[in-house]
Amino acid sequence: MRILLDKFSKSFGDVRVIEDMTLEIKDGEMLALLGPSGCGKSTTLFAISGIHKVTGGRILFGDRDMTGVPSQERNVGVVFQSYALYPHMTVADNIAFPLRIRKLPEAEVKRQMEEMANLVHIEALLNRRPAELSGGQQQRVALARALVRRPNVLLLDEPLANLDAKLRLEMRSEIRRIQLETGITAILVTHDQVEAMSMCDRIAIMNAGQIIQIATPQEMYRNPRTAFVAGFLGSPPIAFIDAVANNGMLTVEDADIRLPVPPNAETPPDGTPVIVGIRPENLGRDGDAPVRGRVSFVETQGRENLYDLTLANGRVLRSIQRVSDDVSLNDEVEWRVRSDQLFLFSQNGERL
Amino acid sequence: MIGHLRTWPIVLALSILSAPLVLMYAYLFIDTVTNSPPRSFIPNEFTLEHWSFLWETRPGRPSIWRVTLNSLLFATSTSALVIVVSSMAGYVLSRLNVPGRAYFLAGVMVLHAFPAITLIVAIFLVLQVVGLYNTLIGVILVKAAIDMPLGIWLMKGFYDTVPWEIEMAGIQDGASRFTVWRKLVLPQVKPGIFALGLFAFLLGWGEFILPQVLAPSGNAQVLSVYLAGLIADDNNFDMNLFKSVGLFYMMPVLILFFFFQNRLMNIYGGGSKG
Ligand SMILES: Nc1ncnc2c1ncn2[C@@H]1O[C@H](COP(=O)(O)OP(=O)(O)OP(=O)(O)O)[C@@H](O)[C@H]1O
Ligand SMILES: [Mg+2]
Repeated sequence: MRILLDKFSKSFGDVRVIEDMTLEIKDGEMLALLGPSGCGKSTTLFAISGIHKVTGGRILFGDRDMTGVPSQERNVGVVFQSYALYPHMTVADNIAFPLRIRKLPEAEVKRQMEEMANLVHIEALLNRRPAELSGGQQQRVALARALVRRPNVLLLDEPLANLDAKLRLEMRSEIRRIQLETGITAILVTHDQVEAMSMCDRIAIMNAGQIIQIATPQEMYRNPRTAFVAGFLGSPPIAFIDAVANNGMLTVEDADIRLPVPPNAETPPDGTPVIVGIRPENLGRDGDAPVRGRVSFVETQGRENLYDLTLANGRVLRSIQRVSDDVSLNDEVEWRVRSDQLFLFSQNGERL
Repeated sequence: MIGHLRTWPIVLALSILSAPLVLMYAYLFIDTVTNSPPRSFIPNEFTLEHWSFLWETRPGRPSIWRVTLNSLLFATSTSALVIVVSSMAGYVLSRLNVPGRAYFLAGVMVLHAFPAITLIVAIFLVLQVVGLYNTLIGVILVKAAIDMPLGIWLMKGFYDTVPWEIEMAGIQDGASRFTVWRKLVLPQVKPGIFALGLFAFLLGWGEFILPQVLAPSGNAQVLSVYLAGLIADDNNFDMNLFKSVGLFYMMPVLILFFFFQNRLMNIYGGGSKG
């Protein structure tokens, strides 16, 4: 079901957390709400679920205005970070709880509960209690419980934060598989950009209660609207250096670097101070604009090496390259930047 | 083995120190089933005459079974009242945003610290006016009211340990606030309710002053008052009878402790482990 937040605001007392946010989630889509801690992701989620009353604006499910409707009637499935399973009930009873509340006939409850258990692969655990499950299994139960009553929308608040790295990888694809199989509209809250990029159809990136950009992961990576977005996506992260526009070129003072203006940006007037963003994969052996510096850090990641390149003015660029033995720490090197892949930002972080 | 050698002096010291206590308890029991010649500690005959109060009612006193029933009613009713009110009030104070919550909590605490005995004259007058003087119901209400502050605080503590998300999950699952409390939260605090119930029962069973003052005679008399009546009776003073009734009075408490001591410890643990 399509979800629309229409000029939605939320404040706690005097603290304005969200102001005039408009956000549309398309039917059947999985949207990531990505942003740093405290930017209002959970607040947005809780407003959709009805746990928080909104202070302004409307929330629509399909065409129905849900703003004043109590949580119980919104039919929203929520997976909490702590899973919030009912500890005194078995897995089967946990999943069946929403159906029993709805007073479905017991045979129907059992059928739907088992169907859902099959979907999330926990058929063998139905008689256990939550305390006897691993984190990943608890997560699956929480998903099954949220999905069993076919909610209008599924909300996931940092569902992977409590899992270890390997399980996180597994559950990432599992959650996506289950979402695709059920075709449910879902919102995933996370502050992990890898999670957002790998699981979701679109990403809404938030900062300080505002949506900065909404786009597909690829589009957002290729075309960030602000320096904040560019800095949030990508691992290892993008590096920024200050430069000045000069005769259609960008010069970095006291580092003897001249970069052409990338085709994706308009040439700024001479003397304009700008910020240049260079992603680590765009600095390396091949490219068109030379950059000289000293290798100040080397980290191997197996297939690739990650280097820090300290420029003459002390600023640091990052580069990621195939592993090779010809560069070692403190070497003076001349690498190249793919200038068509640069991003240009104004001093206040807006894309030029 | 070294450990054994080190600890035996302590064990010895403790044994000597607690010997008087052990002797006291031993004689409490021995004296109820024997007779001893005057000025001797060594019993010379076995007898059940001191327990005769169980099958024959003394003149001028209510039947022991009537009194026991009263004690049982008194303890279970106060305990039930305390459980019902505390489990609800504790939840409200722990979770809902009631106006003046902090003041209420502080007030409840002060009430708990207030010695009940200082109120007894006022309570006596109130009960007389409303016509509950010398009734079991009257004294049950008073006792429950006095135990309640502790119960409310205790239950609030137990509720505070229940994760907030569980309730939110329940609400999202479509349950009403009341159902959430009944089906999801209450089971988490079961150990607390059990411990509190037992605790209130024992307090009620042992209560003396309130029934003595507020329901001293006739049909409302409880065991502790009956027992005190025995020792106050100068005309036919019978120490062994007193001990027998005392033992009889203690028995349910011992049995409860024996079976439920672990659960009772929960009240000090305050966790949701059950
Ligand atoms: N009940 C509340 N009362 C007052 N302020 C609150 C309340 N809940 C949240 N806030 C504030 O609102 C802001 C956004 O909180 P929110 O929980 O939505 O952040 P978040 O994006 O989910 O962060 P995180 O990634 O750390 O979970 C924070 O600054 C927080 O302090
Ligand atoms: Mg949050």
